[in-house]
Amino acid sequence: MAIELKGITKTFGSVVANNKIDLCVKQGEILALLGENGSGKTTLMNMLSGIYYPDSGSIYVKGKEVKITSPEDANRLGIGMIHQHFKLVEVLSATDNIILGSKKEGKWLSKKRYEEIKEISEKFSLAIEPKKMVYNMSVGEKQTVEIVKVLYRNADILILDEPTAVLTPQEITKLFAILKKMRAQGCAVIIITHKLNEVLELSDRVTILRKGESVATVNTAETNAHELTELMVGRPVELSIQREESKGNENLLEIHHLTVENEEGLEALKDVSFELNQGEILGVAGVAGSGQKELCEAMAGLLSVKKGAILYHNENIVGKSPRDIIKMGISMSFIPEDRLGMGLAASMGMVENMMLKNYAGTSRGPFVNKKEAKKLAKRLVQELQIVTPDVETPVRRLSGGNVQKVLLGREIESNPNVLITAYAVRGLDINSSYVIYDALNQQKKKGVGILFIGEDLDVMLELCDRIMVLCHGKVTGIVKADQTTKEQLGLLMTDAMEKEEGQHE
Amino acid sequence: MIIKFLFAAIKAGVPLLFGTTGEILSEKVGNLNLGVEGMMFMGAFCGFAVGYYTDNVFLAILASAGAGMLGALLYAVLTVTLRANQNVTGLTLTIFGSGFASFFGELLIKNSVDGTPKLSSDFVAGLAEKSIPVLGKIPVVGKLFFSHNPIVYLAVFIAVICGVYIKYTKSGLNMRAVGENPATADAAGINVSLVKYIHIIISGGICGIGGAYLSIINGGGVWNNSCVNGQGWIAVALVIFAGWSPFKAILGSFVFGGFTVLQFYIPKSTVNLPNAFYVMLPFLVTIFVLVVNSMQKSKKHAQPASCGENYYREER
Repeated sequence: MAIELKGITKTFGSVVANNKIDLCVKQGEILALLGENGSGKTTLMNMLSGIYYPDSGSIYVKGKEVKITSPEDANRLGIGMIHQHFKLVEVLSATDNIILGSKKEGKWLSKKRYEEIKEISEKFSLAIEPKKMVYNMSVGEKQTVEIVKVLYRNADILILDEPTAVLTPQEITKLFAILKKMRAQGCAVIIITHKLNEVLELSDRVTILRKGESVATVNTAETNAHELTELMVGRPVELSIQREESKGNENLLEIHHLTVENEEGLEALKDVSFELNQGEILGVAGVAGSGQKELCEAMAGLLSVKKGAILYHNENIVGKSPRDIIKMGISMSFIPEDRLGMGLAASMGMVENMMLKNYAGTSRGPFVNKKEAKKLAKRLVQELQIVTPDVETPVRRLSGGNVQKVLLGREIESNPNVLITAYAVRGLDINSSYVIYDALNQQKKKGVGILFIGEDLDVMLELCDRIMVLCHGKVTGIVKADQTTKEQLGLLMTDAMEKEEGQHE
Repeated sequence: MIIKFLFAAIKAGVPLLFGTTGEILSEKVGNLNLGVEGMMFMGAFCGFAVGYYTDNVFLAILASAGAGMLGALLYAVLTVTLRANQNVTGLTLTIFGSGFASFFGELLIKNSVDGTPKLSSDFVAGLAEKSIPVLGKIPVVGKLFFSHNPIVYLAVFIAVICGVYIKYTKSGLNMRAVGENPATADAAGINVSLVKYIHIIISGGICGIGGAYLSIINGGGVWNNSCVNGQGWIAVALVIFAGWSPFKAILGSFVFGGFTVLQFYIPKSTVNLPNAFYVMLPFLVTIFVLVVNSMQKSKKHAQPASCGENYYREER
């Protein structure tokens, strides 16, 4: 037995995050930890990695009872955690990030350290460039650095918190191969994920948490997606997305030859043209960093446009500020990728966040109408099943999925006619995801044009009417969702990439 | 004439170099300490007073470093352990330090024989400018670099040691990580609070010696209640000019030292500018540097990412 947890309890103020949780994982086994947002998975794992300390309960590592009071203790016990938000120093090289804080001999940073890291990464057939700066790395590369970091410390118990949330399908395949290899070498692996197909593909056993309690542990071979969802949510859940026929045919937005430069002055979008109809969900697929972020920000008026036009009912909105756009009667709601950074004021409560934009009925002259805002907040809590101790609790204390619900709920309340969502379900559990899909479908029924930037192709195929594929800032195809396949989309996502690589050579 | 000017520039740049090196250490572990001026004041008074009563150069320097460390310790307890706002704490330290120096300085003046506390001639001789044998004989270079008082070499020595430490040692790497991303450093098993305390306190010690230089050497051996006079603030800005590198701080402080002494080397007959202009000049250049720096977008030579923010492990 690599790790055994007995009766672990942890509370934050009045919120019980973990209540008498039992869990165990064996050497040479991959255990999936499943649960809805806010069910306490990350909290539990943070107690193994020394970030939090349990209020009560005991932890056994390799048969011995231990106290883990700091990340250093966890390191010493061979526990390595790869956090959902990478713990890397941006301005240091891969190597320096890996050797950071290590207790190995020597006081000087020698040139040999790069070779040493190269050797280790090759031993596990992980591809990293030892001297590359983290800020120049893709998400996949960063994750590889995190894995090498854990291996460098000789960890044999590996915890991964939603490792696949930001990876491309190719990177996920690679990661799973690595994890399986580590399992074969006798490591114990705990993986937190929301994607049931990943759980079923990778794990040996699954432990399910619900509302801070461990409700069941099942062998993966003897279960299926439906049973797992039911255990997780506590009731049967319909696992299909209704796609309403899109009704309106009127063009809402027309984008013509849009070219946008990013902060570094490189062209992030090149000659992008498409149209968004009323009552339609237009999906945008593509490898991370293909220009999705720039597309959103250009449409919301946050990023200046170099060339091209965005027509709303034949009126060009390029060059107008977000405020002007709102004044023109276009209510465009933008749900940014970075929820707490751009979408909400993290240290304010739900009520105050409701009042940030000029939301219906929340202001009266120069004064705010807090009562209305509070009513609205309370209604959203009910409608979208938001888990929060109170509507005044700072939103940064809510778990990721609940933050997303707050944001989406607020934007929908403003009755938009264009809704832009970037990674609306990133890091969300199944139940929350379906709540969001339902909400989007309802907006669609009302005739709202929705731009849905997503990463899960399976979901996009079910939810969207049409899917536009971006690759290196260019549109490589716009296809009807019911007439295409995942493979075809995958090809569109990489097709141009290969061509471009060919050009470089 | 030019050699004389450059020589004076180096001399005037030394307190800035102490302040800048100290502040770099503090900012590198993520603590923006605006108390440099205050710590320099504390070092200035304690160094002078100990020198005045003991006539021992070594003890005087030691006392100034100790005083600076004490100020920094206060700052560290407030910001690292109690997580008080760094800006406010730093400003408070500056106000405290200057008050400390004025209050005890006034006492020193009252207790002195003729109302002017003056260091003994033996003491001053111990810190006099000396030409280093052989090296000092080299034309131009000898005069410029090898005929200074011992504290000048100490300043450069400390800056070089700090530079090497930050860039080439494992502890240096760890402290950089703490300043960039304390959560990451913590997860890597680094004791964030300890690293912060050590560097903030050493930083205060270095600033304190800079203060002693101002009261003892620049003051010509006579105590002056306002001897630091804004040099600590220039040092804070110089950190940015130096791109958080102690090596560049050496050059930067000598350039700024040049600005502070420029008025004595431009004859009134050629360019007739009011004295006030020259007094203002270093501050003007500081503003210019800040503007230029804010227009550059380099990740490598930027302020440590967590600078100004306190770290609390269980924060979500």
